[in-house]
Amino acid sequence: MRKVSRLSRFNIASLALGLAFLYLPILILVIYSFNASRLVTVWGGWSLRWYHEFFNDRAMIEAAWMSLRVAVASATIATLLGTLAAVALSRGERFRGRTLFSGMLYAPLVMPEVITGLSLLLLFVALNAERGFWTVTIAHTTLTMCFVAVVVQSRLGSLDRSLEEAAMDLGCDPVRAFLSVTLPLIAPAIVAGWMLAFTLSLDDLVIASFTTGPGSATLPIRIYSEVRLGVKPEINAICTLVIALIAVVIVMASLASKLSSSQGESAAPL
Amino acid sequence: MTDELPRTDTAASAAGGDPYPAAGQPLLRIEGVAKTFGTFRAVDGVSLDIKAGEFFALLGPSGCGKTTLLRMLAGFEAPDEGRILLGGKDIAQALPHERPVNMMFQNYALFPHLSVRDNIAFGLKRAGMPRVEIATRVAEMVALVKLEGLEKRKPDQLSGGQRQRVALARALARRPQLLLLDEPLAALDKKLRESTQGELMELQRRLGMTFIIVTHDQEEAMTMASRIGVMKAGKLAQVASPRELYEAPRSRWIAEFVGDINLFDGESKLRDGHRLVIGTRDAGALVVAEPREPVGAGKLAVAIRPEKVKLSRRGPVSEAGRETAINRLDGVIADICYLGGTTTFKVKLDTGGMLQASVANSARLDVDAYSLNQHVVAWFTPDDCVVLPS
Repeated sequence: MRKVSRLSRFNIASLALGLAFLYLPILILVIYSFNASRLVTVWGGWSLRWYHEFFNDRAMIEAAWMSLRVAVASATIATLLGTLAAVALSRGERFRGRTLFSGMLYAPLVMPEVITGLSLLLLFVALNAERGFWTVTIAHTTLTMCFVAVVVQSRLGSLDRSLEEAAMDLGCDPVRAFLSVTLPLIAPAIVAGWMLAFTLSLDDLVIASFTTGPGSATLPIRIYSEVRLGVKPEINAICTLVIALIAVVIVMASLASKLSSSQGESAAPL
Repeated sequence: MTDELPRTDTAASAAGGDPYPAAGQPLLRIEGVAKTFGTFRAVDGVSLDIKAGEFFALLGPSGCGKTTLLRMLAGFEAPDEGRILLGGKDIAQALPHERPVNMMFQNYALFPHLSVRDNIAFGLKRAGMPRVEIATRVAEMVALVKLEGLEKRKPDQLSGGQRQRVALARALARRPQLLLLDEPLAALDKKLRESTQGELMELQRRLGMTFIIVTHDQEEAMTMASRIGVMKAGKLAQVASPRELYEAPRSRWIAEFVGDINLFDGESKLRDGHRLVIGTRDAGALVVAEPREPVGAGKLAVAIRPEKVKLSRRGPVSEAGRETAINRLDGVIADICYLGGTTTFKVKLDTGGMLQASVANSARLDVDAYSLNQHVVAWFTPDDCVVLPS
């Protein structure tokens, strides 16, 4: 076999170009968030001024707090529902319409967000629900639940079913077998699913703008409306903070799913 | 190990009856059990009695229904028909956790998130055994399967043989009335498999427990089991001791499935006292002992195990030999297969057929060995032959 560890010049160049294309804008944004100048495009030396400004901007802080609450609540509900759906689909008896059900579960994965948002708006209007925190949370739950279900179901699929049988053989009823053997083994996938749902909710603009009401803007909505009036360097600071938060969550999610796949493949016969 | 601790297993009390029937007493009765998956009849009307203290093997090719039958005993599948009586109580529809039966899985199914100790203690905790007793029982089990010092390891830090022992200890810990073993040695290499066979047999004798093992390896079944049930297409083809299965197979299929055998098709010609003369196409007329169960007149097959066939250059030597060695076939050596302990010769008979003879290599230096194309006389006694319906 040929060694592939050595990179040719062409490979290095294309890798650098690709990474630059992806991360240069973000890098510039991060650097400019420390800009002392009032003008976004003019460098005026290093400063934490805009971070300071952000923490004194009540409306912006409120929007960030709203976003965080929505993200935590919707991710938690989505994880609960998504996990239950995944268990039902991979462990339940084969019921009529199972394929249809699993297809419908995954539909939001490919559904344009505008359609999801608009249909939810129509629903909330029809129900005469007051739009605000809960409507956005419900909307984000419908968006993110399918992602959780996909992550958890793939973990369940790779889990040896004889583990549950062994638990039952050793005196567990089916529910206990699930709680004492299956749940600990899929826990990392559930955690990863929660984090995925959290980040998806945190940066959603489209669905949130359809389903939110006056006085309860999320951070992306707030940022978007500010930007329309002209980009303030403060936005750069906020975006940098959001990027940092999402990066942390994503790294944790991938660590969790890595832990989940390294452990738990049942004792493979040697 | 033999002193009887009071049983705390809820499973055992749920199933009722005396948890430990004395050895030799009937323990398990399977009555007309059948299971269909879709249109495939995996188990097709199996009836079987198993006594307490038996080491019983279910043997058969893959897809014969042996694993499905075992899973029905464990409670993972419910039979469509029939009854499964354990200690007199029908458990056919009982859930796995309601049965005083434990199973050792083919892939061991050890809980990867639990240590060796917690794996073994799992079933005891579920049974609500006090902590102190659990610790004693786990230590006892660890010593029994010789895993001392590994109690804190996780399954992925163990070798294949060690995992097998943990799985065994975990299944034995609850002291089930019946232990089911699904291909327990399939994942081990040959040497380890052979030593583990011996250990399993020794363990079963010492504990006086009833074992049912499923295997596709006939040598394994013959070595370990006191009785073997051969399954074919969902049915029990024969239930017999290893010796009977080998020396008196009931059908041609069993004769060919268990060990090597020479088969000659023919028809019954005439009867001479307790001897039958059977005319075969490939080996001429063969004299055989009259079978215990009379066979029909139609087509028959004569079966001779290769190690029953003797070879010599000029036929049987001794007077006594000449009297009994009524079947004398001439031929030439067509193939020699040296296997270490024995050598298998393929003899091309003058009458047209092929005959396999297995000869023990009892001397290290065999100056008188047969060579290819050498003329030999193969002979065997009427009692060495088995007559089978064709």
